[in-house]
Amino acid sequence: MGWFKKSPWLLHYNATSCNGCDIEIIACLTPLYDLERFGIINTGNPKHADILAVTGSVNEKSKQILKNLYDQMPNPKVVVAVGLCAISGCVFQDCYNVLGGADKVLPVDVYVPGCSARPESIIDGVLQACEILEEKYAQQKKAKQSSPKSQTNQRQGFNHE
Amino acid sequence: MNSISEIIQSWSIIERMLAFFLLAPIAGGVLAGIDRKLSARLQGRYGPPVRQPFFDVLKLFQKERILVNKFQNFPIVLFFLFTVFSGALFFSGASILLAIFSLALAGTFFILGGFSVSSPYSHLGAERELIQMMSYEPMVILVAVGMYQVTGSFTVADIVQHQASLILYLPGVFAGFVYILTIKFRKSPFDLSMSHHAHQELVRGITTEFSGPALGLIEITHWYENVLLLGMVYLFFAFNPWLAIVASLGTYLFEIIIDMNYARFKWQLTFWSSWLFTAVAGVSNIIVLCFLK
Amino acid sequence: MNVLIFLIVFPLVISVLALALPRGLLIKRIIGVIANVVLCAVPIYLLVTYLDKGPAYFHLESHLINNSMLVVEILIAAYIIYISIRAKRYLPVLLVFLQSVIMLSFEFTSGRGMQIEHSLFVDKFSIIMALIVGCIGSAICLYAIGYIPEYHEHYKEVKARPRYFFFLMYLFLSAMFGIVFSNNLMWIYFFWEITTLCSFLLIGYKNDQASQESAFRALIMNLLGGVVFAVGLVYLYHSSQVMELNKLIQLDKGYVLIPAVCIAFAGLVKSAQFPFSSWLTGAMVAPTPVSALLHSSTMVKAGVYIILRVAPVLENTVAAKMLMLIGGVSFLITAFIAISQSNAKKVLAYSTISNLGLIVACAGINTYSAVWAAILLIIFHAVAKSLLFLCVGIIEYKLGSRDIEDMDYLIMRMPKLTAIMMTGMAGMFLAPFGMIIGKLATLKAFVDSNPGMAIILAYGSGATVFFWIKWMGKIISIKHGVFKVMEDRVSRWEWITLGILAISTVAACIGFPLIAFRLVDPFILEVFGKTVIVDPFSVYMILLMMVGLLILLPLGLFFFGFVNKGYKRVGTYLGGANIDDVTFEGAMESSQTIELKNYYLEKFFGENVLFNAGVFISLILLVIMFGVAII
Repeated sequence: MGWFKKSPWLLHYNATSCNGCDIEIIACLTPLYDLERFGIINTGNPKHADILAVTGSVNEKSKQILKNLYDQMPNPKVVVAVGLCAISGCVFQDCYNVLGGADKVLPVDVYVPGCSARPESIIDGVLQACEILEEKYAQQKKAKQSSPKSQTNQRQGFNHE
Repeated sequence: MNSISEIIQSWSIIERMLAFFLLAPIAGGVLAGIDRKLSARLQGRYGPPVRQPFFDVLKLFQKERILVNKFQNFPIVLFFLFTVFSGALFFSGASILLAIFSLALAGTFFILGGFSVSSPYSHLGAERELIQMMSYEPMVILVAVGMYQVTGSFTVADIVQHQASLILYLPGVFAGFVYILTIKFRKSPFDLSMSHHAHQELVRGITTEFSGPALGLIEITHWYENVLLLGMVYLFFAFNPWLAIVASLGTYLFEIIIDMNYARFKWQLTFWSSWLFTAVAGVSNIIVLCFLK
Repeated sequence: MNVLIFLIVFPLVISVLALALPRGLLIKRIIGVIANVVLCAVPIYLLVTYLDKGPAYFHLESHLINNSMLVVEILIAAYIIYISIRAKRYLPVLLVFLQSVIMLSFEFTSGRGMQIEHSLFVDKFSIIMALIVGCIGSAICLYAIGYIPEYHEHYKEVKARPRYFFFLMYLFLSAMFGIVFSNNLMWIYFFWEITTLCSFLLIGYKNDQASQESAFRALIMNLLGGVVFAVGLVYLYHSSQVMELNKLIQLDKGYVLIPAVCIAFAGLVKSAQFPFSSWLTGAMVAPTPVSALLHSSTMVKAGVYIILRVAPVLENTVAAKMLMLIGGVSFLITAFIAISQSNAKKVLAYSTISNLGLIVACAGINTYSAVWAAILLIIFHAVAKSLLFLCVGIIEYKLGSRDIEDMDYLIMRMPKLTAIMMTGMAGMFLAPFGMIIGKLATLKAFVDSNPGMAIILAYGSGATVFFWIKWMGKIISIKHGVFKVMEDRVSRWEWITLGILAISTVAACIGFPLIAFRLVDPFILEVFGKTVIVDPFSVYMILLMMVGLLILLPLGLFFFGFVNKGYKRVGTYLGGANIDDVTFEGAMESSQTIELKNYYLEKFFGENVLFNAGVFISLILLVIMFGVAII
């Protein structure tokens, strides 16, 4: 069994949000909602994080950064798209520079709707992400047992398209 | 209590070292959990369970290992080993100076680990950790000097058994030590190089590039270190074991309250204030003792 | 006695050979190697012979020796006057003139009838010094064989004078042996002046404006020390008819305070304590072997050697307190200044002064534990510091810079050299290594006698830790990717020396109980009648740490380098904007490269302010020291 449910650490990235959802994520840390009672910490460092919370629609500029951040997170890891922009691009989706939701770039596991997403739903989304983390860890363990050398020592590139 | 201390005194050096090795992380982890719970309560939050630090570390050991260069975790392993070693030296009753210098060696490895990854955040964190080290080192040595002046010995075993109360002779040294303990516990206002709290200006400072098991190891090492430092606080009150334990825990609580009440200092302020405080409290105490003799 | 004379004469012969034989002969190199083996072996032989014996004194009286010394002294004086006048500098002329007048008038008046009972002597302390001079000195001469050609390749404008260079190096070794084995103070003085001359000429080897400036500064200061030394000797003979070191110590303190203070003054100048520190930092323009041999491991140690020798005379006087304070001030302030320096050689120079200051402070305290600590410090410092100088010498040519800020990723460019350098640095300040053992002992000695000094030591060690670790951090930072390894062109001579010194740094630490109990303890016992009792458990623990490191480091490097495979490599965290490890995408799609620089804390530890403060304080202390001696 994994311990991910007990201690999921969060990385929050603002792709191009209007800051509405960001404020709500920060609100989750406040005494009223207190994310930390679930052991959730907002780390601000991909290398320590288990959950990547993306807010805002993804555009040409933030695409690579989002990918890089995701690459620098150790497995198992989960992506949570917070707010309508991160889900689909919302009202910005037809802009010339906007690609759409976070799932255009990363495999998103949990979608948290709302404009902006309410803290309760964000907390709920993160806790669901924990379940997925556990699942992923179990799968990863299984895969490792069947082929122990499957994902060792691979070099990650930083290719710009 | 007396029977407990008799049992401890009947142990051999190896047994004491082993006891430290096994019990210190448990004590340190629980202390860290209490710290988080209490901090949360002081901020009007509910806070994580007391066992939370253990969950964090267990999880970290289950994470994938990602590295910037393949040697980066080696200094961390050495940091762990030598911190445990210096703690074991201390609790086995060896020379307090040896424990201090061995702890400095461990700290050096940690800093070198921070330098070796050549990441800007980690580099700055290491640089600040170094400034912190320079800030607290004089006071730590003065603690040993002060204890030697009172008890006539550097060995922990002798200091513990000293009949008179050290705190009455060394109030200034104790005050100075509490001041730099804030640095050693990595508490605000001196949590410059890395912080347990959310976002800081250096991401996670010196630990930025360490993740998964290495980060877990750093956390455990920190528990060992905290227990060792509280052991040093114990020495000041060793004439009465109950009082000493209460005082150690009280000091820890005091540091948590300080942590909650201060914003982070700049490194300049950290540096000169701790040297100044060392000079005012520690040095004056030692000079007064010198004249008393 | 023959061994002692051999040790003094043999380097002299080699130096003459070095001067006489033409350049580039193979036989010359062979002679060099043989000479070095001999110079290394004979002190060890001496050690084995005298291991279980007390100090031995030898009678050696010959007018021939004294007269020839006189002639050489006059020649040296004439040579210095000639050079100084040619360079239009008149202060050295005045000092040499003064010195010659004092010595010559003394020689021709009272010196004629002087009876010297024992001219040479050997005890444990001289053997330790001889081992340092012989082993480290000869190793550095080997290094120089490889180094000097490269030096001239690098500085094309400097006239190549290898014969002259080696002549001076071996001459210097001879003089050093002379200092540590002489009991006759006139002889010590004679050899003392030769080391001054060698130092002056070697600093000026490059022969440009800067090095001439530094060379003359070193000359003036050391000549001043020499004049005071001479005054002290004349005063000593007139007041008590004594001219021997061992008798000086036994005399009644009231009579010999002034000569002892004079000799200690000369020692302070030679070991570059405040207010005379500026000559040593200036001397860093000299070729690296010179810095390693003269200005870190041996000549400056002669200063503290002589201070430790005369320290018993000063015991419990105000002068001793002043000596202690001068040492303490030098230790503390130079440790601070070293933080603000980025020039590698200057950092090493300041750290040298700092450690010498600690030794002088120990001499000022002069209890058995302080002297015990001082001797340990001398040994460990000599080995580790010369190693560091030699490493910096190589790096300087490979990188074209001696600035610490240019040593990024050194471990990737010169892995072996960096490993050796790390050993040296660890030897300077880290826990199981030598210097920290010395510092532990020093702290104990300080607390016992004068807790005020313990406070200075506490602050000083904080500063010491800072500047060493940040340098270490600089050279071991690793960047992913492939670097061109630049150390293939380091000559074999240099590798041999580095190897020897690195091994001895480690060996000195593992063998620390042996050195302490077999060599230092008997000496302390002879002088003070009691010795330091070291807690055996602490010794075991130190050894355990050392052995642990020796096993863990190679094992760990092997494990993480080759065995450890289950990881994923990622780039450093650069806010997600990575292009690669060290570049990131900035504004306007620009590519920015990160550069990592160290802190130098100029605002707190600026060189100018602190240096002047140090000079000012120590001048006052010096005045008090002489004042109480004369009153």
